Amino acid sequence: MKKLTVLSPTAILGYGFPRESFAAALAHDPDIIGVDAGSVDPGPYYLGAGVSFTDRAAVKRDLALLLPEALKRGIPLLIGTAGGSGAHEHLAWNREIIEEIAAEQNLSFKMAVIPADIDKDHLLANLNKTVPLGPLPPLTARDVREATYIVAQMGWEPYKEALDMGAQVILGGRTYDPAVFAALALKLGFPKGPALHMGKILECAAIAAEPGSGRDCMIGVLDEEGFTLFPTNPQRRCTVKSVAAHSLYEKSNPWLLPGPGGALDLRHTLYRQVSDNAVRVTGSEYVESDYAIKMEGARLVGYRTLTIAGVRDPIFISQLEDVLEQVRSAVRDNFEDNSNYSLDFKIYGLNGVMGKLEPNPVPGHEVGIIIEAVAGTQEQANTICSFCRTTLLHYGYEGRIATAGNLALPYSPSDLPAGAVYEYCIHHLLPATPDFFKPEIVEVG
Amino acid sequence: MKKVALTELAHVIRSKNSGPFELTFDIIFKDDTSFTLAVNSGVFTPALFAGLYKIPEEEVLGVIQYPPAKAIKATIVRPRPAGSLGETDVYGAQQHAPLLTIQVPVEEEED
Repeated sequence: MKKLTVLSPTAILGYGFPRESFAAALAHDPDIIGVDAGSVDPGPYYLGAGVSFTDRAAVKRDLALLLPEALKRGIPLLIGTAGGSGAHEHLAWNREIIEEIAAEQNLSFKMAVIPADIDKDHLLANLNKTVPLGPLPPLTARDVREATYIVAQMGWEPYKEALDMGAQVILGGRTYDPAVFAALALKLGFPKGPALHMGKILECAAIAAEPGSGRDCMIGVLDEEGFTLFPTNPQRRCTVKSVAAHSLYEKSNPWLLPGPGGALDLRHTLYRQVSDNAVRVTGSEYVESDYAIKMEGARLVGYRTLTIAGVRDPIFISQLEDVLEQVRSAVRDNFEDNSNYSLDFKIYGLNGVMGKLEPNPVPGHEVGIIIEAVAGTQEQANTICSFCRTTLLHYGYEGRIATAGNLALPYSPSDLPAGAVYEYCIHHLLPATPDFFKPEIVEVG
Repeated sequence: MKKVALTELAHVIRSKNSGPFELTFDIIFKDDTSFTLAVNSGVFTPALFAGLYKIPEEEVLGVIQYPPAKAIKATIVRPRPAGSLGETDVYGAQQHAPLLTIQVPVEEEED
C-alpha cells in the first residue's frame, strides 16, 4: 500500500524541539517536513503592525536545524503562515532568516515564496460578496481602507503548484494550518479526508500526545485508508483520547472543521490504539463546498500607556470601584477639549481576569491596578495616564486615614509607554479560486 | 437529588479562543461512566452557560457532545474581539473558572 511519512517538528516555528526527538524522527525517513508558523491567538497587534510574535533567534534556531536536513535528504520543507501572521512584511522577515542561514551554512536551493496579501482594490470591488466569519458585522469599505495588512488563508493548492515547480523549500504567507502537511500527499493523489485530518493534528505537533507539548516532534504516516500518528520522544505517547480530544482544541465544532473549499467531516472517524505510543485514524471524510478564503485584517486604534500600581489600604479597597469612577470623571473634566482617548482599569484581585463576567467580585487584602490610557498619539496617552495616576495617588476619598498616597508604585518611571494598539476589523470569507495565490520561485545561495 | 461536582467527573475543564470572535469551553470527562452521567443529567444546556457567564442564551453558539473524546463543548460569543480595548485575556485561556462550580445531579440508587 502507498504510504507517505510526514514530520511535524514543532507546533509553531520558533517554539523549538529537542534535538534527540528530531534525530529520532529523521530515522523514520520522512518524505516531507511541514511547519506551521502562525496563529491569530496572540492578538491583533502582530498582524496589524507587521511584526512576528515569535522571536527571531528562536525561529532561526529551528530553521538552522530543519533546512540542512531537508536539503541533504532531498525532501521538501514547507513553512506555512510565515512570521506568525503571514503578510508580506512577515514573509520578508522569515525569508531574510532563511537567506542568512543559507549563507552561514553554505546552502543553495530553489525556494518558492507565496504571498497571501489581499489587494484592497480587489476587495473593495468585491465587498458585497464577503461574508462575516463568526459573530461580527458585515465588512465595510472603512474596515478595508483602515486595515494595515489584509491576508487570506491559502489552501494546499499553491503549495502543490510550488512543488510542481521544483521548489525544495516553500515559504507561504497566511495558510490554512493543515495545508503544509497535506500538500505533497494531495499532489500524490491521497484522499483529502485523511490527508487534511492528519495535517489538522500535525499542525500542533506533539500537543496531541500525552503529555502534550508544543515543542516536540510528531510523525504522521498516511496511507489510502487513514493515518497513524506517533510522537518520537519516548516520554510521550499518542492515545485515542489525546488524538480525539485534539479536534476540540480552539474550534467551535469538533465534528466539522471548515477550510478553503470544503470541510473535514469527522462524524465517522474512528480512533484505534495500535501500539503503546501510536494511534490509527480512519474514516475521516472531506466535503467539498464553494471555494472561499478566510481573510484577516487589523487596524490601528491608537497608542497605549500603562501604570502598574498596588493597593493595600483596606479603607481604600472597600471604595475602590467608586474612587476609580470619580477619578475617571476628574480626567474627563480636566481634558474636556480632548475626549478622544480611552481610559481603563484592570483590578487584579477583584475582577482583573474576567471583568464583567466575574461571578465572585470580592477583593483580596491587596489589589493590583493597571491604569491603561489609549489615545491618538503616544504623547496624548502618556498625558492621560500620568494625570490619572497622580489624581488617583492623591485622591481624598471618604474616610481616608493614610494621607501620603493611595498607590504602591513598584517602578520608577511609573508610566510605561506600550506603543501601538490594533484591533481586528476583518475576519470574513471572500469567494475565490484555488489559484488565487501565486508562488514565486527564488534561488537561494 | 444527589449532586456530584463536575471537577470530580472531568479531568480537563478549559477555555480558549476559537478564532478572535468566539470563546470555547471544553470539558473532557475521566471515563465513559462520567461522560454518560453528565450527558444524561441534562444540565449541559445553553441556559447553563448563559447563566454562568451572565449572557443572553442566543450568545451561546452551541453545546456539543463529542463521545470520541468523552467531551462536552460549548462556544459563546467572545465578550469582545480578542485584543480589543477592554480586553482582559487575549488567549481566552482563564475564563473557565465559573465551570468549576457546576454540580451534576445523579440519580440516587434505590435501596
